Amino acid sequence: MNTQSLNSQQGNFQPKPTRLNIARRTAANYFISGLSILATLVVLAPLAAVLFYLIYKGASSLNLAFFTQVPAPVGETGGGMANSIIGSGVILLVASLMGIPIGIAAGVYLAEYGRGTMLGNAVRFTADVLNGVPSIVMGIAVYSLVVVEQKHFSALAGGIALAIMMVPTVTRTTEEMLATVPHAVREAALGLGVPKWRTVLSVSLRTASPGIITGCMLAFARVAGETAPLLFTAFGNQFWSFRLNEPIAALPLQIYVYAISPYDEWHRLAWAGSLVLIILIMVSVTLVRIYANRGVLKGGS
Amino acid sequence: MGVGIVVEDLNAWYGSTHTLQDINLHIPANHATALIGPSGCGKSTFVRCLNRMHETNPIARATGVVRMGELDVYRDASPVEIRRRVGMVFQRPNPFPTMSIYDNVVSGLKLNGFRNRRILDETCERSLKQAALWDEVKDDLKKKSGASLSGGQQQRLCIARALAVDPEVLLMDEPASALDPVSTSKIEDLIFQLKSQYTIVIVTHNMQQAARVAENTGFFLSGKLVEFDSTHKIFTNPRDKRTEDYITGRFG
Repeated sequence: MNTQSLNSQQGNFQPKPTRLNIARRTAANYFISGLSILATLVVLAPLAAVLFYLIYKGASSLNLAFFTQVPAPVGETGGGMANSIIGSGVILLVASLMGIPIGIAAGVYLAEYGRGTMLGNAVRFTADVLNGVPSIVMGIAVYSLVVVEQKHFSALAGGIALAIMMVPTVTRTTEEMLATVPHAVREAALGLGVPKWRTVLSVSLRTASPGIITGCMLAFARVAGETAPLLFTAFGNQFWSFRLNEPIAALPLQIYVYAISPYDEWHRLAWAGSLVLIILIMVSVTLVRIYANRGVLKGGS
Repeated sequence: MGVGIVVEDLNAWYGSTHTLQDINLHIPANHATALIGPSGCGKSTFVRCLNRMHETNPIARATGVVRMGELDVYRDASPVEIRRRVGMVFQRPNPFPTMSIYDNVVSGLKLNGFRNRRILDETCERSLKQAALWDEVKDDLKKKSGASLSGGQQQRLCIARALAVDPEVLLMDEPASALDPVSTSKIEDLIFQLKSQYTIVIVTHNMQQAARVAENTGFFLSGKLVEFDSTHKIFTNPRDKRTEDYITGRFG
């Protein structure tokens, strides 16, 4: 009786539910994996669609003149966007030179010195709010602060507007990446008698650098396509210009001007400009990544 | 050459928790001294007070006198200077993950602005040999990251890194507790060799380890130093009942 009940219990209890469980778990595993793959495709689809549409619309208008000539006057065919490509490069260089160091420095303050302090919380809050400020507002702010003071539009003003837009992203990524550096690594340096500032620069920042570089590239890519902050600052122009204190052309501005024009020829150029802008962003981000990863040693945690 | 350490009336706090209470202790030069006791008894806090790592925690505080040889640790020097003279090895191996093996070993010199290549090379080789790691890594000193080594190798790398700055005292906070038995015995052999040149203070949970490597042993309990004597005495004939209970495993 006793043995029997035990046997029947085992018969009921062990093999069947286990088999059921495994089948169900396998199914659930496939289901969730399938969902993640689907989500990935949904994310990639718009990117691929945009890229292919740009190639379809814009690639035919790309030629040597596009990369070597300034825009042709209305009514003439031909011309290119060479001055806009250079202008975008100048503005982005100015923006990166100002925005990235300030952003990283603020992030270092937040992560290494300002933990739990009033100023630290204030900086973090400001950065988050600044991140949400519409780009057109940034353009107007820089217009009244820089352009009105200088009494003319300039590449410098455009760079400042974009730099301010880069700062919050760079700051918050730097802070978050520094927070992932294990405390033990900092202690190792402090325990060797390395001063704190040196530990921050050579150990914490260096350990976190891949993530920080990603953050800088995100900020760069985001502002590279901004049009609104440049409308009242860099203003754009139709000629060659390398001066920081003069209005300068930029790809997004030129695309905007061409896209709202009534001429088919200019529409085609706008498509081509968009394609070039996207490709240039991808190329510069990739180049920075390759450069930053050089000499990185294999292995690790 | 190592120096002796004299500790007088050392008290330490984390916030309002009184972690160390009135510690008085004389640690002899060029010997290994083991500190044993249950988790949370203050052993780690004690060694961290010796090189002023304790105060890197903003809520931590310490009072009392610690003398290393002629030097009054809390009055005569900055924490940075103290830590250059006192090497520290932590419980979990903590090599710098982005640095090569070579850079890890000489990091104490390089991060303090030392650039002479020949001396860096010599120091790297000497320290790795002292830490019994040279033969295993000499071919990929600059090719491999410190983090690519095994756990036991990483810990010896950390010992080499501590030795490279030529310290007088070596503090080891449970250096083998995260390692397998083979690596543990390598670390113990190492302590045995190193103690002729350095004053070694080792925190351990493993009483056999204390018995194997240390001449003197201190027993900590609830922030107090219960007993400090020769290792032999502590393990065969302790004065205090609590020490006896702990080492015989009857500790409740």
